[in-house]
Amino acid sequence: MVGTAVDEPTQMQSSATVIPPRLEVAEDRRGAGEDFAALPTEISVRKLDFFYGKEQALFGNHIEIKKNRVTAVIGPSGCGKSTHIRAYNRIFNLYRDQKAKGEILFDGANVLSSQIDLLDLRRRIGMIFQKPSPFPMTVFDNVAYGLRQHYRLSRSDLSNRIEDALKRSAIWDEVKDKLHQPGNALSGGQQQRLCIARAIAAEPDVLLMDEPCSAIDPVATAKIEELILTLKSKYTIVLVTHNMQQAARVSDYTAFFFQGRIVEFGPTTKIFSNPAEKQTEEYITGRFG
Amino acid sequence: MNSHRRQAIERGAAGAPLCAVADVRYAPPRRRSVARRKATDLVIKGFSWIGASFGIAVMGFIVWEVVVRGAGALDWAFFTQPTPQDVTSSAGGFANAIVGTIVITGVAALIAIPMGFLGGVYLAEFGRNGRIATGVRMIANVVMGVPSIIVGVFAFAIIVKPLQHYSGFAGSVALAFIMLPVMARTTEDILNLVPNELRESGLAMGAPRWKVTLGVICKAARGGLITGASLAIVRVAGETAPLLFTVLSSPYWMTGLFGPGGFFGGPVANLTKTIYDFSGSPYPQWQELAWGGALVIIIAVLGMNILVRLLFQRGKQW
Ligand SMILES: Nc1ncnc2c1ncn2[C@@H]1O[C@H](COP(=O)(O)OP(=O)(O)OP(=O)(O)O)[C@@H](O)[C@H]1O
Ligand SMILES: [Mg+2]
Repeated sequence: MVGTAVDEPTQMQSSATVIPPRLEVAEDRRGAGEDFAALPTEISVRKLDFFYGKEQALFGNHIEIKKNRVTAVIGPSGCGKSTHIRAYNRIFNLYRDQKAKGEILFDGANVLSSQIDLLDLRRRIGMIFQKPSPFPMTVFDNVAYGLRQHYRLSRSDLSNRIEDALKRSAIWDEVKDKLHQPGNALSGGQQQRLCIARAIAAEPDVLLMDEPCSAIDPVATAKIEELILTLKSKYTIVLVTHNMQQAARVSDYTAFFFQGRIVEFGPTTKIFSNPAEKQTEEYITGRFG
Repeated sequence: MNSHRRQAIERGAAGAPLCAVADVRYAPPRRRSVARRKATDLVIKGFSWIGASFGIAVMGFIVWEVVVRGAGALDWAFFTQPTPQDVTSSAGGFANAIVGTIVITGVAALIAIPMGFLGGVYLAEFGRNGRIATGVRMIANVVMGVPSIIVGVFAFAIIVKPLQHYSGFAGSVALAFIMLPVMARTTEDILNLVPNELRESGLAMGAPRWKVTLGVICKAARGGLITGASLAIVRVAGETAPLLFTVLSSPYWMTGLFGPGGFFGGPVANLTKTIYDFSGSPYPQWQELAWGGALVIIIAVLGMNILVRLLFQRGKQW
């Protein structure tokens, strides 16, 4: 009465064979062999609690984000991934009823303290959102936005930097003739790379990416993944993703979130081949979420 | 059994049914009558048609009547000559009244649009659901519903009475008072349509809130904002009641700013009040001028409406 599956109950698979081949972690992922503790830390989060009004969404999050590494944040929908990284640049301050408690140490200071200079914090910690959101201005002005906000630049310096940012975002060839056309006249994937260019033009130290590929097609996704791999030599990247293969392909370390808690955090190779927690294993093998 | 069931569910990904449900077939429920649904549809459609046609017919009748009676008055003199001084002279137009209305409405717009815009920005971006914003919003809604003649009396009390004379400026203040809440609420509604992602993206670049608001949010909404402002102007351009207690009217040209004939100094000729006076006069040529004035207002208001909508059809999307 429960269906055919009852007739032949399967054995619990052993953890060694848990990973389907497509989740194989690329060879050059460094998270595996290196000494985690010896790596320089960019952001260290301690006892981070987060509240939407009275509702608590994060519980005692604890994580070290390493410099020049890609840290993937995975977990089922609603587990608090976005909430977690939105605390790093205090973007949640836009909403009155949202509060964070605990410590997010970045460059020796607690990001959550009231003394922090928010504008400078956000220059140093850039963010890419799920939905590409170019400003209602030209491609050029989009990329110039952060530069003009934070630096005094000569005309030529400005356009050099804009060209450079667009090149590093792998979109220069597509927009070099459209610099003075509106940014939202580009395709979705181009818009997203434009937003990346806009973020990196301001010379941040950290890039937070909240599901940057979920609104774009596979080709554009591949471009952005490639981009992430080149960007990590210069930036520290935190990548929220629903796409397990993506996490496996581009990240060095992976944090698995579940119901507002960080259940497991470690080298991506380890998380995907030999997770310590049962919940992690169930999630990455597609049993829930 | 329970564990078997769980394994069955777990196997879902491997091809077995994801959720094992007991295999029960319900009898198909009785369908709703199609004929009845169609009949209801027809009745509702019919009523909407009747309602819409009635409204349009009345509008059409008014416009038609005004065109038929007023078109004859619209000659060169109408747009170049001031209102006739006395019944015996056949010369005369509405030029002074047209200029007066443009100036009075323009000054009202200069006062109300920037203030209303800033108020709307406050409501949408900063006050939001705070206590002050809620109060301001409520007051704006109430003021929008106040009959315009009351606004005229109000302007009379705060400007005409203390200064002891009527003036074009007093009329502008009355009109501005009507425009202000309209502009503020329109601005708020339009800014609320801008998605929050855009605000977050702006702030995430390290720009201060005011810069994001003006440079990104208002820019994204500029089409809608301009439409809103224009419609606020159109809304008051045809007002008469607020001018009755504030501007009166004058058969002369406005003479500069101050002094008895000036904008701040005394009554100023304007279209609506002049139409009001002339249409009530016993002289046929004056009545015809009044029809001409009415036609000019209708054309101007209609024209601005259409122009604004054509120019900014895309105003509400980004
Ligand atoms: N604006 C909000 N107000 C109240 N609760 C919220 C708000 N945003 C998120 N939450 C709650 O906080 C929890 C975490 O949400 P969050 O958006 O961080 O999840 P997520 O892991 O990013 O999910 P997804 O993968 O769907 O993006 C959820 O339970 C959600 O209901
Ligand atoms: Mg999210």
